[in-house]
Order: sequence, then structure tokens, then C-alpha cells
Amino acid sequence: MKQKKEKRYSFARETFARLFKNKLAVFGLFVLCVLVLTAIFADQIAPYSYDEMDLLNAYQFPCKGHIFGTDEFGRDIFSRVVYGSRISLKVGFIAVSISVVVGGLLGAVAGYYGGWTDNLIMRAMDVIMSIPATLLAISIAAALGAGLTNLMIATGIASIPTYARIVRASVLGIKEQEFVEAAKAVGTRDFTILRKHILPNCLAPIIVQATLGVAFAILTAAGLSFIGLGIEPPTPEWGAMLSNARTYIRDYSYMCLFPGLAIAITIFSLNVLGDGLRDALDPKLRQ
Amino acid sequence: MNDFLRIEDLTVEYRSGRRHVHAVNSLDLQVGEGEALGFVGETGAGKTTTALSILRILPNPPAKVLSGKVIFKGQDLFQLSEREMRAIRGEEIAMIFQDPMTSLDPVKTVGDQICEMIQLHQRCSKKEAWQKAGDMLETVGIDRNRAGEYPHQFSGGMKQRVVIAIALSCRPSLLIADEPTTALDVTIQAQILELMKDLKKQYQSSMIMITHDLGIVAEICDNVAIMYAGCVLEYGSVFEIYKDPRHPYTRALFDSIPDVNRDQERLKVINGLPPDPTDIPAGCPFHPRCPHCMERCKTEKPEAVHLNETHWVKCFLAREEGRRAHE
Amino acid sequence: MSEPLLEVRHLKKYFPTKSGMLHAVDDVSFSIEEGKTLGLVGESGCGKSTTGRVILRLHEATDGEVLYRGKNILELSPREMREMRRKMQIVFQDPYSSLNPRMSVKSLIEESLLQRSRGMSSAERERRVLAIMDLVGLERRLAHSYPHELDGGRRQRIGIARALILEPEFVVLDEPVSALDVCVQAQILNLLMDLQKELKLTYLFISHNLSVVKHISDQIAVMYLGKLAELADHETIFRDPKHPYTKALLSAIPIPDPTAHPDRIILEGDVASPINPAPGCRFRTRCRWAMPECAESCPELMPNGNSIVACHLYNGGQK
Repeated sequence: MKQKKEKRYSFARETFARLFKNKLAVFGLFVLCVLVLTAIFADQIAPYSYDEMDLLNAYQFPCKGHIFGTDEFGRDIFSRVVYGSRISLKVGFIAVSISVVVGGLLGAVAGYYGGWTDNLIMRAMDVIMSIPATLLAISIAAALGAGLTNLMIATGIASIPTYARIVRASVLGIKEQEFVEAAKAVGTRDFTILRKHILPNCLAPIIVQATLGVAFAILTAAGLSFIGLGIEPPTPEWGAMLSNARTYIRDYSYMCLFPGLAIAITIFSLNVLGDGLRDALDPKLRQ
Repeated sequence: MNDFLRIEDLTVEYRSGRRHVHAVNSLDLQVGEGEALGFVGETGAGKTTTALSILRILPNPPAKVLSGKVIFKGQDLFQLSEREMRAIRGEEIAMIFQDPMTSLDPVKTVGDQICEMIQLHQRCSKKEAWQKAGDMLETVGIDRNRAGEYPHQFSGGMKQRVVIAIALSCRPSLLIADEPTTALDVTIQAQILELMKDLKKQYQSSMIMITHDLGIVAEICDNVAIMYAGCVLEYGSVFEIYKDPRHPYTRALFDSIPDVNRDQERLKVINGLPPDPTDIPAGCPFHPRCPHCMERCKTEKPEAVHLNETHWVKCFLAREEGRRAHE
Repeated sequence: MSEPLLEVRHLKKYFPTKSGMLHAVDDVSFSIEEGKTLGLVGESGCGKSTTGRVILRLHEATDGEVLYRGKNILELSPREMREMRRKMQIVFQDPYSSLNPRMSVKSLIEESLLQRSRGMSSAERERRVLAIMDLVGLERRLAHSYPHELDGGRRQRIGIARALILEPEFVVLDEPVSALDVCVQAQILNLLMDLQKELKLTYLFISHNLSVVKHISDQIAVMYLGKLAELADHETIFRDPKHPYTKALLSAIPIPDPTAHPDRIILEGDVASPINPAPGCRFRTRCRWAMPECAESCPELMPNGNSIVACHLYNGGQK
């Protein structure tokens, strides 16, 4: 057991060593760390509370007291963006985890066993896919009721088919390779083959898709919040803030700018990090 | 020595990051008119790189020709413009690739693919070209009525025939065949080799046959160049090389093939591995694996020793053996 | 004559395809004695690899029996079969795709031990891995390398080590040297022969290369389109080939001697499709001696001299 730990450690260390050679990926990782820290220490960072209204100071352009300005109720946008990182990151990551785990498992089983198992799972996925993802999320959220948890579940379920398809496709390719047959020949159990040989080899497309998925989840959650099925109004959420601010885009464009920028930066850093991870995880590129 | 094709001091390198792969190292070689030269060597010996640099279709980057000349019919191909070079490719020098499955376009009929080649280099109507394409198919032993079919309707051997038909459609004076039968079964390989032998007689074109199979070379080639780590170690006619191999590497190569006609307990093997192309040993590239390695082999590059007009070998021992025989 | 270790009886493997049944292996029977090597030769698509895989139950057979020390392994339960795999191993052709690129040399070789001997301590496993690496000629310092860092010969040694660490009795070698250069090929062939002597292994050596097969095998079986054409010891088959296909196959080998001018039999056309094959001899479409009866019935394997041949020429037909 001790042996195993040591090996894992060195594998992770090697992966990180390669990741750190990629400057863009390091930048992505850095930004993401900053965001996570912001979310954790939001109470300390934000100068105001996210729901503190000050109608006298509504519609203020960025100034000394409110570096991102204030919104229509006079709430400090900077504080709301800071607190919003909590909600958005949570929604993004948890929703994607739900879809990666469920979708990945379904896809792996479908691809590995084939035949009627495959047919059953993939036709079910087709049914889900035939409904537009946002619409599906809306219906699930409507059925489960509003709220943060339900929002994450709804967003997660909506993108399960995407992961199932991706994983199934790569499993289909990998299971034909001789090393899988070789594992069978030494008497390895199906589950071990899936876990040890097949899934690690389809990590790359999952990671790339998952980073894009976080973006999609954040946006879907925003959409749901907008129509009242997600976050309740005073809670700051970047998507919801963006949707609200749309009304004032002509006169008070800064209200859109900051939550928009927050989303864009998060997604950009996730994407470059995803690319970097994919390269770092590929042992063939190791030199 | 005639001046049909002469390669002088060719050096090609692949660069990826800080790694420099020395694929071809000051290679000298000539091919006479109507002659078939066999290029023999292991994977990574630089056979294909040499062939691609003759046609100037090396992927650049990462490949880079560092020095050398390729003189074809009196002109240096490296000095030509891209436009002049295009005229030479296909019309003067044609190439057959290893894998017939991937070297044909799957969405075009084979007839169209031959026509395309003909019309690229010759002024003729579509109808004439189609006529010629049919003739070419017949030459390689395919019914001309199949010209309207797509590559997937042909078997592997038939596809390779189509590839040969395309290569020969402009009657090139030099044909480069890069492992043309490696992807095929033995009985199909025999068919293709038979066809190539016939065509060689019929067309009188020169040929460079790249292969790792010494049997194929014996059958089809006039001369052989033994390649190792990007240079030619020994060159001579097939009779000289097969009956009297002089370089230790050539000898070892012959020893390592199982002979159908002889019973051997064990195969003789060359110890070690081909050199890392990023770090080719100083002196004779073969010295770390050579059973007769001497001190000077480690530092000094052996020059070609001409044993007679056609046969030369880059080994210090050859001269000494010669001297001893002389004495 | 000793008891055969492995006996294959009327083995069949059909694959359903859109255009009909693909007869990959069609009624193949042979046996291998303990400590000997049977070479299985044929062109691509003749079913030789499928035969090897069906014997190891990597594919399930359609029909037939595989007797291992007299016991039909096709009837074993999955649990019994897992136990059986300890004794029967396979080395694959492609040393590139048969090794998981994400595992180090040590973990690749160790994998089968982890599956088998759960109680084994890691020190003991390490000792066994290093011992087997020594045996197949892999330097110990490579234990933590990854397959893509190694050359083809070393990778194939990993494949061999992985197969041998469970101390099997029977090994299927599926084109183990086809992807290698001649010099490396010679090294691996020598290694396989040494290991056979040392560990008393029984081999089924599958290859398309007749000269390699001849070098390593005691007996050679020639396959054509899912059926055995001829079976004989390695000398007889080269000295006195009986089946027209064997003759053609032998004469097609290019001989590395410019003075030799072999009397070559060039086969016309291509291999017929193995999907829904017509009755009669599979080879008759390319055979120069095809007779009317070849189209009517499929020739049985019959003893003829020192060989066993499936051809009507020798079964009462005129030569």
C-alpha cells in the first residue's frame, strides 16, 4: 500500500511539473485560485453586504466608495460580484460534477458492454438530448421548485447526455486496443479494467468538456435565475446580475460589465487550465 | 559515372523544441539511368527522409535540409523554384507510398485519380486522359471497366496496383517506391513484385526501392545501399553485397534473418540498439555495436573504401582486409 | 509420443455481420504437445489470430472444444476460467497498442500479480517483477519508465514479461515479432526460444511470416480462410509441401539471394470473402489444379505421408 501511495505521488508531481511549464495554464490556475479564495473570504473582502440597499446612492458610476459602482437599488456591485463568486462557482462545479459522474458512468457502461445495455442507455440519452438543454433545466427546476440545490441538480441533469456520449465514444475506441484485451487475458475483472485502463485514457476529452461545462452551467443557472426558477432575488449570482442589468445597458453599462467580466474571466481561465491539464495528463507528451 | 541522379553530402535534421534529430547525415549516393537501387535499413535509418528530400516534400518545419545537393539530370533540385519543382514531381519523379489504403482519395473514382495526374502534366482533353487512364489500369493488370469504381471497392493488392498506375501514368524517369509491399500479404506481395519487375523492363525507368526486406531487394534491384543512422555504410551491386558483404553491419543484417532454406539453432543478433538519432555516436555510427570495433572507430569517421568500381564500404577494416589479401 | 497439452477439436467462430455470417474460424482441429511449438501461418483475415483468441476465450467460440490437459475449457465458468488464465497467456502483436500508455513498466508487469495473488506483499511482488525483468532482458532501471519512452523490442519484452509472470504453461504468441525490425526480431525470437527451454513452455506461434515460423516451430499449420489447409512438422512442410496453397505461399517468399530464381507460383486474384462462403474448397477460386469436385465438397484433413492435408488432389482424386 505504501508503495502505491509513493507511485501516485510521483505521478501527480510529474503531471504538475508539466502543467507548470505551460504559462497560460498556470495563469488559468492562478485566476481560479484567486476566485476560490475570493469566494471563501468574501466576508472579509467585500466592503458592504450583498443586500445592503442604499437608494440614495443608486445608479452610481464606479467611484472611490463603490469601485464597481452601484445598481438600481444602490447595492455595491463589487460586493455583489465578490459574493456572487460563491454561488457561481458552487453552481458551476457541483452541476458539472453531477453530470460528469452520472454521464461518465453511464457512457462507460454503455460503451464497454455494448449490445442492449448500450442501446437502452443511449436511447434514453437521445430522449433527453432531444429536449433543448435549457428547456429541460427549466422543466426540472420547475418540477423540483426554486432553490440553489435544485438549480444545480437541474443544470447537472441537463448536460448528462453530453458526457455520456463523449465517454462512450472514447471508451469504444479504447476498448478495441490490445492493452484492454491483454488485461482480460490475465483475468482482470471488468470493473477493474474500466477503472484502471479505460477511464484514465478518456480523461482528456472529459476534462476539456468539463471546463466548458462549468461555463455552460453558470450560464444556464443564470438563465434559470432570470426567470425566477433559480436563485431568489437578493442573493447575488453573476448570471442573475447580468440579466437584471440588461435593462440598464444603455445608460449604466458598468452594471453589465463587471458581472460579465467575472463570468468571462472565470470561463477563460477554466478553458486554458483545461487545455493545459489535457496536455499534462497525456503521458505521450512526456519528455 | 553518369549524372542521372546524384545525391551529394545530404544532411537533414528534424527539430522539435531543443531536440535535433539527425535523420540523414552527409549522404552521398548515385542512381544510374534505368537502374534499380535498393535502400535497405532499419526503422529510423533515414530511408524515407532521403526519398522525401529528393522530391522536396519534407514537412518543413520540423524538417530542415542543412546541406547537400540533389542533382537530377544535371540540375540541382534544391535550386529550383517551387513551380519548376512541381513540374518535376509526378512527371519526372514519382513516388509510391507504403500504405495503399491511405494514399488514394476515397471520394474519387480511381479513373479520375489517374486522369488528374495525367492532366496535371499533359495537355489533353478529359476524354483522352480517361482513355489513357484505362490503358494504365490495363498495364497494371486491372480491367479498364473498373475505372469508374471507388477505392473502397478494391482489395489492398488492387489498390496498390492503382497507386502504381497513377505513379507511372506520366512515364516518370525515376520511380521512388517506399515499402510498396509491406502492408500486403505474401502472395499479393509476390503479384506486385512480379508486376513491378515487368514494368521496370517495359518502362526502362530508374527506381529507388525503399525496403527492410533483403529478399525483395535481391529480386528487383541492381544495386543496394545499406543505410544506418542516416548514412550509407555500404554500396554495391546486389551480387557483391549478397555474396561478399564487407561491412560488419551488413553481415549482421544478413545473419539476423531466419533462412527458410537452412536450419539454424539460434539466430545471430547484433547486440544493442540502433543509435538514438538525437545523439549519433562520433566516429563510425555503428561502432558501439560492432564486434570488430577498434580504437580509431570511436573517433574517426571512416571514408569510403572502393573495393572495385561499384562496391564501396565505409569501414576501416575493409582496407586492411584488402591490404592483407594483397600481401 | 506424449499426451497433448492442448487439443482443439472442430473449433468454429462465426461473427454476424450485416451481409451475413463471417466464418472466421471454420472447423479447425489440431493439438500441441507439451513443450512444443505449433506455428499457425496464414494471410491476413484467414482467422489465425481469432483462433488464438478463441482458445483463450477472449472471444467465445461458436462451436467446438478446446481441451487443456483433457478438460474442455470452453465449458468452464467465468470463475474457473479466471483461474485457468494463470496457465494460459498471450503476447500481442503490436507492442504499441497492447501496453496501457498510462502505466509504468513495473505496474504493467505487476498487474496480473495484483489480480491473482491478493495476499502477496509488495516486497514479494517487486522481487518477482524484477526477476521476470531480468529473465526477459529488461534493464531494472527501466521499471519506472513508460512504454512510449522505449523502443519496440523493449516494449515487446514487457509484453512477454507480463505474460510470463504468472508462470503459465501455455502461451499464445500472436505475431509477436511482426512489428519489429529484423535485428530486433532476431533478438526476440532467440529470447522466446530460450524461455521455452528454460520454463518448459508450450507455444502457439501465430504469424504470417513463414521463415520466422519455420525457425521457431516444431509443427506448422497453414490456414486459409478459416480452415486448415495443411499440417506437418516444420521440415516436411518446407521440403515437401502438399497443398497447392502451401506451395504458393512458400514460393512467394522473396529469397535474399540474387542468384536464386525460384519457380514462383503466382496466385491469381485475391482471397475470397469469408462471409457466407460457398460450399467446396475455399481455395479453389485461386487454385491452378481446381477440379469439378472441389466445388462440390469441402476436402477433409487426411493424412498423407508425414503431413495432414485437406485437398481433393490427395483424397483419391488424380494428381
